[in-house]
Amino acid sequence: MKQSLEQLREEFRYEKTNSCVQCGYCLPVCPTYITMGKETHSPRGRINLVKMVGEGKITDLSVLEEPLDLCLGCRACETACPTGVEYGSILEAARAALVRRKKFSAPVRLLRKAMFQKVFPNRKIMKFTGNAFWLYEKSGLQKAGRTSGAMKRLPNHLGDFEAIMPQAVSPAERKKTPNRVKAKGEKKYTVAFFTGCIMDAMFQRINRLSVQLLAEAGCEVIVVPKQTCCGALHSHSGEMEETKRLAKQNITAFEQAGVDFIVNNAGGCGAMLYEYGHLLEDDKEWADRAAAFSAKSRDISQVLVSCGGLSNLHTYPGELVTYQRSCHMTNVQKVTSEPLDLLNSVSGIRFIEMEQADMCCGSAGIYNIINYDASMDILDRKMKDTKATGASVIITTNPGCLLQMKLGIEREKLSESVRAMHLIEYLAEAAGIS
Amino acid sequence: MKMMTSNHIDEIKKIVKSGRVLTDESDRFSYSFDGSFGTFLPDAVIQTKSTEELAQLVKLANREQIPVYPRGQSTSLSGGPLPVKGGMVFDLSVMDDLLEIHGEDLVAVVSPGILTANIHKAAEQKGLMYPPDPSSSHVSTIGGNMAENSGGPRGLKYGVTKDYVIGLEVITPEGEIIKTGGSTVKNVTGYDLTKLIVGSEGTLGIITKAVLRLIPKPQGSETIMAVFNSLIDAGSAISKILSSGILPSKMELMDKASIAAVENYEPLGLPLNAEAIILIELDGHPLALKDEVKQAADLCDSVGAREIRIPQNAEERAEIWKARKLVSPAIARIKPTKISEDATVPRSKIPQMCMRLQEIRDKYDVHLVVFGHAGDGNLHPNIICDKSDKEEMRRVEQAVAEIFTAAIELGGTLSGEHGIGLMKAPFMEMELGAIGLDMMKRIKESWDPNNIMNPGKIFPEPGQKLELS
Repeated sequence: MKQSLEQLREEFRYEKTNSCVQCGYCLPVCPTYITMGKETHSPRGRINLVKMVGEGKITDLSVLEEPLDLCLGCRACETACPTGVEYGSILEAARAALVRRKKFSAPVRLLRKAMFQKVFPNRKIMKFTGNAFWLYEKSGLQKAGRTSGAMKRLPNHLGDFEAIMPQAVSPAERKKTPNRVKAKGEKKYTVAFFTGCIMDAMFQRINRLSVQLLAEAGCEVIVVPKQTCCGALHSHSGEMEETKRLAKQNITAFEQAGVDFIVNNAGGCGAMLYEYGHLLEDDKEWADRAAAFSAKSRDISQVLVSCGGLSNLHTYPGELVTYQRSCHMTNVQKVTSEPLDLLNSVSGIRFIEMEQADMCCGSAGIYNIINYDASMDILDRKMKDTKATGASVIITTNPGCLLQMKLGIEREKLSESVRAMHLIEYLAEAAGIS
Repeated sequence: MKMMTSNHIDEIKKIVKSGRVLTDESDRFSYSFDGSFGTFLPDAVIQTKSTEELAQLVKLANREQIPVYPRGQSTSLSGGPLPVKGGMVFDLSVMDDLLEIHGEDLVAVVSPGILTANIHKAAEQKGLMYPPDPSSSHVSTIGGNMAENSGGPRGLKYGVTKDYVIGLEVITPEGEIIKTGGSTVKNVTGYDLTKLIVGSEGTLGIITKAVLRLIPKPQGSETIMAVFNSLIDAGSAISKILSSGILPSKMELMDKASIAAVENYEPLGLPLNAEAIILIELDGHPLALKDEVKQAADLCDSVGAREIRIPQNAEERAEIWKARKLVSPAIARIKPTKISEDATVPRSKIPQMCMRLQEIRDKYDVHLVVFGHAGDGNLHPNIICDKSDKEEMRRVEQAVAEIFTAAIELGGTLSGEHGIGLMKAPFMEMELGAIGLDMMKRIKESWDPNNIMNPGKIFPEPGQKLELS
């Protein structure tokens, strides 16, 4: 692809790299800089590589591939950055530019297309996946897999993930989730619940509990039928066209619902929904609608706190609980205090913050599957800080983090004494809802 | 200076048994910059914790005349770690294992890759303090701080990095490992090589270990914010306080342009029509502090401060210091390029320097912001510009040159704490005189006969000029 420098600059959003003054304040907060130990895997290093493309000093674009692939996209660097560099936006543009040029091998191309265009966005397929999951678990196949050691021989360490998969929901139970739930007591808000693709397929129970807790807190909850995957995984992989298509489908689906808030329970999805406005800002027809959508998007913890919280939450006295933050909730949505407010409203709880609480766990969408070793280095550091708290419950607010922390517990052989839970599961347990 | 060959790389890889040798293009580009200007590709980046391996590499470099560039975390604002002639970059940030606080000796023993903020923390845990506090201390390494002799706001009362380094382990440019100084505050055995190495910007050797002096941590601190309608009044307040027998730990100045930039960036309720704000921090015994705060506030009042704020708790104090902290990021948003200078003048000349800076700003029509460590004369005139605008950058070059001239004419210096590095090298003779500069050069030549250690820094190349456009 022959292009003028001008075109390359536009494609890579070169002008955004100029706000980086290379002060290095992002270095101490970057998980990959810490674990991989070189500037090439730091935000400042990656931004510089993009800068070099824009200045014509790097012409072989494949030089950028590994450094960009190994970025978790946790965006802790944006929070640390004193000059407001839009790292996420630079990363997204650069990844998309590389994907456009990349010649994937035929099977990978097919798999990418199948996953990104057919599987994640398709609720039926995702539901089927969820059902297949249930069948797999209930039929004893899972047990056979676990005991025979067959799982250990799976490529790319997929076997490790098998051990942490959640308990699946039966098709019958799955159908029970209603499309509209009335508020308990006085109605405070009408909200639309964003189910998400992975949450819906793998963590259906958490979705159901979310709807129940929202109703408990005073929300009338609508589950809009034509919603689809948020597009975060596509965006992280540079599949921008597909991301935009999904965003538009969601915007159309939700704008007719006429609700106060669009509520999600997954930090990663929430961040994507929060950024629809930014994603479609150059699209005249959609910019305003996207901005209106993003303005209504909330994490469930925000809505529960806005409703005045939940009452009568209790656990056994002195239960030690720690919280592994979702990076995208912290650094993109900037939601930090609400989950803590909710946890601290549980009577009996002893909350302990871990060291480097803002550091990514290494899950990062499908990063832990694609970059397994890099992800495990980050997880092992995280588990050291988690163990030091002595907590028996690790709270998360995103499905990826939840699975990753479960994996961490397995790796540390702590499954007898430590549980990883979604905030909603924990609150529901404390409220006596099952 | 010779080009590196693949044979050299092979030999380097043989020496570096315990670390990494990076030669990929992505890695070389990632070690080509610092917090200042320019892109210079090294041929190889070496990461090893082993002093012996580094010494062997320096021997190789000396034999083959390959440039060696020591580097910390590359936060330098003067080009200190830039590999301007290619060769090897030593990434010393990986040497981050040694941090011992010896409470009874009041010293810390550290390896060069330790972050300065971690020394602060470790010392404080034992009721001690390592005073030098460059604003990048949570990112910068102590090795980099020593090479550049970094300062920080507390320089006013406590001095700078060199005042706390009492012993070093150094790899000489010929690849020998030597020790200078030791663990005692008093030490007059021979020349003070420790002080020579600190601030030599990596041109005389590689620091691989250091002994730092610590002091007891002050028991308390208080802050005063004083607002002035004239920069001159603010300047007199500073000199009045300093001659009154009170020595604040910090005295920071913000001019009108920096107040406006901060308010634009994040509204903190700063007075936009004020000409200057001074922030004063006093530390010491709580009883003495009470008295000193009153005296300092009265002195500000006596020279016409229009408002004096004394925060009553830690949150209020943090809020006030936040304003000063935000100056740098706030001005960086105005235009993409920030030329950060650190010309320093005798304290009594601050009002005059401020006037000269205003003249320079108007003469060259540049966006000049002045803030900094007014108490020790170390102002930070920053020019905010756009490096893609060639015409503007030429005006900036002229303005920068004139800032240096003004500082020297007022009896000051080119650089208070950032170092000479690359950009200020052409102005060395102006401050030192031809012979003064030549004496420095002779030291360099005798330490580093093959000129392999951080070549291209401090000393101007023939005909070298400041070039930003």
